[in-house]
Amino acid sequence: MQSSRLDRRQVDDNFAALDSSLSASEAAIEAQRCYFCHDAPCVSACPTGIDIPMFIQKIRSGNIIGSAHTILEENIMGGMCARVCPTEILCEQACVRHDHESKPVAIGALQRFATDPVLEGGIQLFKRGKPTGKRVAVVGAGPAGLSCAHRLAVLGHEVCVYEARDKLAGLNEYGVAAYKAGDDIAQREAQYILAIGGIRVETGAAVGVDTDLADLRARFDAVFLAVGLASTRRLNIEGEEAEGVVDAVDYIAELRQAADKSALPVGRRVVVIGGGMTAIDAAVQSKLLGAEEVSIVYRRGRAQMGASEHEQALAQTRGVSIRHWASPRAIQSENGRVSAVQFEVMAPGAGGGLNATGETYTMAADVVFKAIGQCLADAPLDGEQALERKNGKIVVDAERRTSLPGLWAGGDCILDGEDLTVSAVQDGKTAAASINRFLI
Amino acid sequence: MADLTTDFSGIRSPNPFWLASAPPTDKAYNINRAFEAGWGGVSWKTLGEDPPIVNVNGPRYAAIHGPDRRVIGFNNIELITDRPLAVNLREMRQVKRDWPDRALVASVMLPMNEASWARHIPMIADTGADGFELNFGCPHGMSERGMGSAVGQVPEYVQRATEWCKKYADVPVIVKLTPNVANIVYPAQAAHKGGADAVSLINTVNSIMGVDRDRLTIYPATGGMGTHGGYCGEAVKPIALHMVAAIARDPGTRDLPISGIGGVTTWRDAVDFLALGAANVQVCTAAMVYGFKIIEDLADGLSRFLDDKGMASVQALVGAALPSVTEWKYLNLNHVDKAHIDQEKCIKCGRCHIVCEDTAHQAITLSVNGERRFEVKDEECVGCNLCVSVCPIEGCISMRPMTSGTDPRTGMAIRRQAADWTVHPNNPLKDS
Ligand SMILES: Cc1cc2nc3c(=O)[nH]c(=O)nc-3n(C[C@H](O)[C@H](O)[C@H](O)COP(=O)(O)OP(=O)(O)OC[C@H]3O[C@@H](n4cnc5c(N)ncnc54)[C@H](O)[C@@H]3O)c2cc1C
Ligand SMILES: Cc1cc2nc3c(=O)[nH]c(=O)nc-3n(C[C@H](O)[C@H](O)[C@H](O)COP(=O)(O)O)c2cc1C
Ligand code: SF4
Repeated sequence: MQSSRLDRRQVDDNFAALDSSLSASEAAIEAQRCYFCHDAPCVSACPTGIDIPMFIQKIRSGNIIGSAHTILEENIMGGMCARVCPTEILCEQACVRHDHESKPVAIGALQRFATDPVLEGGIQLFKRGKPTGKRVAVVGAGPAGLSCAHRLAVLGHEVCVYEARDKLAGLNEYGVAAYKAGDDIAQREAQYILAIGGIRVETGAAVGVDTDLADLRARFDAVFLAVGLASTRRLNIEGEEAEGVVDAVDYIAELRQAADKSALPVGRRVVVIGGGMTAIDAAVQSKLLGAEEVSIVYRRGRAQMGASEHEQALAQTRGVSIRHWASPRAIQSENGRVSAVQFEVMAPGAGGGLNATGETYTMAADVVFKAIGQCLADAPLDGEQALERKNGKIVVDAERRTSLPGLWAGGDCILDGEDLTVSAVQDGKTAAASINRFLI
Repeated sequence: MADLTTDFSGIRSPNPFWLASAPPTDKAYNINRAFEAGWGGVSWKTLGEDPPIVNVNGPRYAAIHGPDRRVIGFNNIELITDRPLAVNLREMRQVKRDWPDRALVASVMLPMNEASWARHIPMIADTGADGFELNFGCPHGMSERGMGSAVGQVPEYVQRATEWCKKYADVPVIVKLTPNVANIVYPAQAAHKGGADAVSLINTVNSIMGVDRDRLTIYPATGGMGTHGGYCGEAVKPIALHMVAAIARDPGTRDLPISGIGGVTTWRDAVDFLALGAANVQVCTAAMVYGFKIIEDLADGLSRFLDDKGMASVQALVGAALPSVTEWKYLNLNHVDKAHIDQEKCIKCGRCHIVCEDTAHQAITLSVNGERRFEVKDEECVGCNLCVSVCPIEGCISMRPMTSGTDPRTGMAIRRQAADWTVHPNNPLKDS
């Protein structure tokens, strides 16, 4: 592992090339392709239900600010979602253009085109509602927390957000790939959201450490938990402690915070273990930083991968190879540093299970990224043992109410959370509506 | 956001967007949906004498499509309402009661005898309608029966029928004009003389959509035969704008409020009508092509536009562009524009070159120093705007005024003071 495999400009160019926006004429041409469908399938396919045909119509008519309003009134993180949503499995998959020309309208790109000017110009499109005198605590300033806080402010409630880290925006700031979220968009968007007023933020305030949940529940009229998944899963195999075996999420967080990405340590032969978006991001970004060989190894098949086909294809066109049906068995090291990973070949078993075949192979590696999923940290929930959990996540109803009165939860930390920014935003909205009904 | 409330000749509505008298305003069902979507008012589908007319049971409509089957122009042979008068009146009364803040105008078409007006107008007014709109414009079917455009084309008839309506109506009377005339100002003046409170225009333009090229019959046809219809939609907007501006500028009609109709599809079209003197707009085809939901962008876009312009109300925009409209003879002949091609934006398709070469003034290069490159030759360019019009890239070719020096085409110095045809040496009738 070493730094400066590429110079700073090369690295910056590599990341910038993947972070492009439409020009005005590209947007005009693309907007013309929308049929303005009635009861449009794309709208149902968007977890936040943005009125897509209407925002595109507004682009077509030159009403760009109005277009941004249509987007942001359903999804206050429409700017980030335009960059990070796997649109090929969401809105764009539902586009009727597929049926006769197999090329959907580029909804995500148009959404970015419409929202960029509003974020850049700091144009406030929402007003804080008339104060209700009710106070709500939000734990976690990721997409779920900020979306809930904004909607509560629109409804006139006073909000206090507790965030463990120094910066706001959760995985928008520390997680999603740097090439999707350039130009400090996560922070600019968070500031835009807060500018509505009525939202107080405490950073470096970890609930469970600096305050506890029971205390918040006593002090506020309602509490929304949006803590995401702060712990990562272990491989639980021999050699896992070797130097060079890295948590992909931690590495990505470091990368997102690096002022000069070319100074980051980069492997020569990188092996990524996992099959989701995190695995893809660790692999692609290693390539962009100059790693020579990057492989993703996933224990199941292509169809079972959490990463969408588009993401997989992106990784492959960047030179990442993806291997399926192999599970890590041991990590070999030399002088305490990882040198190789031994895999066992797997086969699909009955009922979706996995069968070990006994056959193994070894891949040389100087960096191994673990990207096999995150789980809920216990700390924030200490002292609330009665809170119902399942598979290590918080159980909620359709309104995002937990088993405890006055406590709501949403985003990655809930059972059946979809691990998408857009779903977290929707959870925040749903919870805010429910909290509002509860308070008023 | 700017307030869109409008007062059109005493008829108030929350925004200046009304649905024109046509299928979208055929009955309570449609209109309730329109009001729920946010439309400011409606002109009810034209009422007539009982028994109601009948329509053909074949195609009433046909469209001209642009690229990607976008509807550019629209044609219809539909007549006025085909429902009994009593049914319409009952529904109108209910709609007005349910939507007191929206404008409800009764569009009417009656034969040229006063007795009919005397009998119908009070009956219709009794529904609580906010005003009347006299349909002197339908160019097909009804005109064969001496109504619609058959009235609208004869100023004396326009005046007489308007007088009859005014005599029996207490609410404002809007006269809806046909564009199928040589000069729109004459019927507008006649309406004014007849006491009209306002005019609305345009109704549809006489049209035949085409031919079925397999059968070699008119298209569309009902049982093999067809007839001319009325043309509307985006394609007719320039015709309508010209007529609106003409009435807004004519000394005999300029004080008449105008309801602008014809091709309004987005808020930008509405801005054009308002800036050229219309006090509100009416929409038919765009609603028929996209549904009532377009009102959201029409109202939102107009309101944001007014904000951008620092205008507090729609009224501030009405007529804003009129001072810039004049006659040809008053255009400044000393002004010199040259086309300019932005090489950064140019995609080198060559369209500007070939149209200028073949059909204009041979003023655009095909190559420069052996390389494919399109540049304007100032010594040939007359500033005609053809290249700007055909260039596929918006903003790539623009017109730039020359403000000093010599026009390389004419060798004449650029003069700052304006001079028009009325003083041009070539004008045999010039003011001496
Ligand atoms: C590497 C990676 C890449 C991804 N890429 C994409 C992508 O391209 N597209 C996409 O749609 N989704 C992507 N996701 C998923 C997406 O980021 C998450 O689904 C989303 O951020 C979840 O939002 P959240 O608000 O629930 O949680 P988070 O974003 O995790 O936010 C939780 C916040 O709570 C704070 N917190 C935690 N514990 C406490 C505590 N005790 N007290 C106070 N604050 C606390 C955290 O510091 C954090 O700020 C990616 C995820 C990862 C890990
Ligand atoms: C199908 C159809 C039916 C119409 N019927 C009437 C009518 O009954 N009365 C009337 O005054 N105008 C009628 N019109 C004309 C419209 O009200 C309007 O003046 C014209 O279509 C131009 O506006 P547009 O370009 O927005 O469609 C009709 C138009 C269409 C397309
Ligand atoms: S639009 Fe409705 S009424 Fe007209 S032809 Fe189609 S289905 Fe029939």
